[in-house]
Amino acid sequence: MARVVVDVVLKPEISDPQGQAVLGALGRLGHDSITSVRQGKHFVLEVDGDPDEAELKQIAETLLANPVIEDVELHLTAD
Amino acid sequence: MRIGVLTFPGSLDDVDAVRALRLAGAEPVALWHADHDLKDVDAVVLPGGFSYGDYLRAGAIAARAPLMQDVVAKAGGGMPVLGICNGFQVLCEAGLLPGALTRNGHLHFRNRDQALRIERADTAWTSDYETGQRIVVPVKNGEGRYVAADTDLDRLEGEGRVVARYVEGNPNGSSRDIAGVTSADGRVVGLMPHPEHAVEDLTGPSTDGLGFFTSVLQGVLA
Repeated sequence: MARVVVDVVLKPEISDPQGQAVLGALGRLGHDSITSVRQGKHFVLEVDGDPDEAELKQIAETLLANPVIEDVELHLTAD
Repeated sequence: MRIGVLTFPGSLDDVDAVRALRLAGAEPVALWHADHDLKDVDAVVLPGGFSYGDYLRAGAIAARAPLMQDVVAKAGGGMPVLGICNGFQVLCEAGLLPGALTRNGHLHFRNRDQALRIERADTAWTSDYETGQRIVVPVKNGEGRYVAADTDLDRLEGEGRVVARYVEGNPNGSSRDIAGVTSADGRVVGLMPHPEHAVEDLTGPSTDGLGFFTSVLQGVLA
């Protein structure tokens, strides 16, 4: 069993109002040292057998992320 | 003229779209996302709502539904498709329209009557309007902020593919006040506001929305 982690975040040039709202809350809580928050998605996929990296990349880039607005990072970890 | 209205799990405005099409003089045909059957329709409306609860991204899972494969194939051959609100999100996710719809800039759901300017009166869905015409239809969305890379926005503007713009206030922070865009051939249109809610004096702020549904009747006949 392999575990694949996929992180999806908005591209830097796409504004992230949710991240900005979190940043605003942090400021109100006194965490003035935090200067930026970007919110994203974290997927954990479990794969039977040897993971096919090309297939996983395709899954990440065509379904889990929308390449128009999001960047994606793939992390493979074998148990 | 048979015009399909495609219902996904979580679609809300399919019944209103059917009603608008009937008032426009079309024969509405109910389509179901899981079928591979377009029932010989001449055009398709993708209605508003929250298909699959907006899980993953708004419109993302609906865009991969079985019947959407048929819609994409037929749209490639020139079949007119109108995506309203969630339907617009589905069209972007399916790759039929450029750009993406994201969380409103102010993070609030926005629900109000909205003035638009029709920028293109020669698409399959807007030929009954005049270029520059001001219309008022409801807008209601939480993820209606249209975004694309600046270079893509420049290209869209250069190619005249902005169909409608918000005027008198941008309800969601959309880039360049864009409310709707069209495909290169003018057959596929995505629109964030809701023309199907503005087809009768009794229930809408105007009857300005009816033109989208009457336009396509002529477009299909042409």
